[in-house]
Amino acid sequence: MTAIATITPPAERDLKNHVRLSQTLANTVTMAHRGLLKIKRTPEQLMDVTLQPIIFTVMFALLFGGAISGNVQSYLPVLIPGILVQTVITTSVVTGVQLREDMDKGVFDRFKSLPIARIAPLSGALLADTLRYAIATTITFIVGILMGYRPAAGVGPVILAGLLVIVCSWAISWIFAFFGVIARTAGSVQGISFLVLFPLTFFSNAFVPVKTMPDWLQSFVNVNPVSHLVTAVRDLADTATFGADGWIALAGAAAIVAVFAPLTVRAYMRKA
Amino acid sequence: MTRSSEWAVEAHGLVKTFGDNRAVDGVDLTVRAGAVYGVLGPNGAGKTTTISMLATLLKPDAGEAFIFGHDIRKEQQVVRQLIGVTAQFASVDETLSANENLMIFSRLLGLSGSEAKRKTAELLEEFGLTEAAKRPLKKFSGGMRRRLDLAASLIAQPPLIFLDEPTTGLDPRTRAQMWDTIRRLVATGSTVLLTTQYLDEADQLADRIAVIDRGRVVAEGTADELKASVGESSLQLRLADPADLEDARRAIRTVLGVDAVASPEGSRITAPMRSADTVTDLFVTLREAGIHLSEMSVQKPTLDEVFLTLTGHGVDDDTADRASADEGEKVAA
Repeated sequence: MTAIATITPPAERDLKNHVRLSQTLANTVTMAHRGLLKIKRTPEQLMDVTLQPIIFTVMFALLFGGAISGNVQSYLPVLIPGILVQTVITTSVVTGVQLREDMDKGVFDRFKSLPIARIAPLSGALLADTLRYAIATTITFIVGILMGYRPAAGVGPVILAGLLVIVCSWAISWIFAFFGVIARTAGSVQGISFLVLFPLTFFSNAFVPVKTMPDWLQSFVNVNPVSHLVTAVRDLADTATFGADGWIALAGAAAIVAVFAPLTVRAYMRKA
Repeated sequence: MTRSSEWAVEAHGLVKTFGDNRAVDGVDLTVRAGAVYGVLGPNGAGKTTTISMLATLLKPDAGEAFIFGHDIRKEQQVVRQLIGVTAQFASVDETLSANENLMIFSRLLGLSGSEAKRKTAELLEEFGLTEAAKRPLKKFSGGMRRRLDLAASLIAQPPLIFLDEPTTGLDPRTRAQMWDTIRRLVATGSTVLLTTQYLDEADQLADRIAVIDRGRVVAEGTADELKASVGESSLQLRLADPADLEDARRAIRTVLGVDAVASPEGSRITAPMRSADTVTDLFVTLREAGIHLSEMSVQKPTLDEVFLTLTGHGVDDDTADRASADEGEKVAA
């Protein structure tokens, strides 16, 4: 019996009742690794992040290009940042749905019984999903470029814009993770999430110039954090500038994490 | 706060309520360090809920419990460093391979990359899973899954291991293998708290047994003590005429000196049988009293008898319970 060696008595063990930050980070990375392994095992999970950017980008460009900007070509600099933000945020809903499905499995019981950071199974899953956002971001830009989109600022700022979107979507995914933890079924997570998501992404400057909207709607659209994020991406891609809109988007992201991460962990612990 | 560490588990008055259902209704348990302790009871008796509370998976509504002297409510993270939990339904990641599962749990428990690799290889070898290590778990048999689950609980070499129905649903050969593993585990100095529905299993493995029913501990002792309370074996009689029931029970009390339990339909009697010799006297007495038997048999004690004797009701599900209560009234009337 080599694997089961004589055990150390409890009195001789170094026991701590708190989890250090370094352990929390290490646990999160391990959990993210688990998430990536799962994606590797079931690559069909990536269908949505591969196909959705292609379909939506082509569809929106052809539908609205003529009406809004006169032709498809001149609509692309407006649309691509908008559709990028919308697609990637939509993708983050799946995080909540999958978390719900995952939590119903027996392995979560083991995670709860292990002396690890309570937040790790959640933060790890969310971190692994940034891979999904990265795929969606890359494909959106590629489709745009194939259709004739030429961001004036060049490669560097476009990558920066992509990273900004990924970071913000990761933050927003905490909202859906919260729904994922409190909901009873995976299906209802999707339901609630889209109810929040549609007004948030469409009542923004993502697809249509704000000045064409009714006044009352404009006042909402102008404070909508999604609008700020879209503007920040356009600024980066067109003029390589990172201004107030970018900071507002990042501050919004930080605020979402500050509110929803503790809420989600608390709800998760209570379910335990 | 550190209490005496002579006890691996010390629980007093644990209560857990789900809605109207008091799943655990004041359970007391004390398990000596280094022992194998069996919690015996039917489905829904509160075994899993009790274990979940002791393993910090559920918060008790009332009562207190200590694992090696550490409070399960105040020192959860310490308790988690001292326990390994193997749940009734394998708590492993279905989408991953056995190898990946053990690697991830090892890394989570703070082993370095190379330590985790070594530990994983050792455990796979120990539990006979090396060949299947890279296959997805979906193709694993129930026994393989349980073995992997147990392996995962042993990574940190915890001094206390909870095994929730470790052999339920396994075939006899796999069950024997599991028993063997549990015995070797104990030889290394681990304390094991296992739940089971089978008296036989508790008998084979456990030093002490608690019988739990409807969220309460109804009896506690060694396997021998428990069996003694229901007789080494039990005598089952079926009466030709159910009307003779009370006379027959009186005869049993006089001759064997024990109380017989009547079955719900009133024609079958079960009595603990301490000595086969005295049964002859009973049969003579019954014939002299003109009580005729339609059937007689001798049975080794089963969980059913332990239950019948300790609680006055069987291990049947709720509907059967209600039916027997109704029947009981009819008999009394």
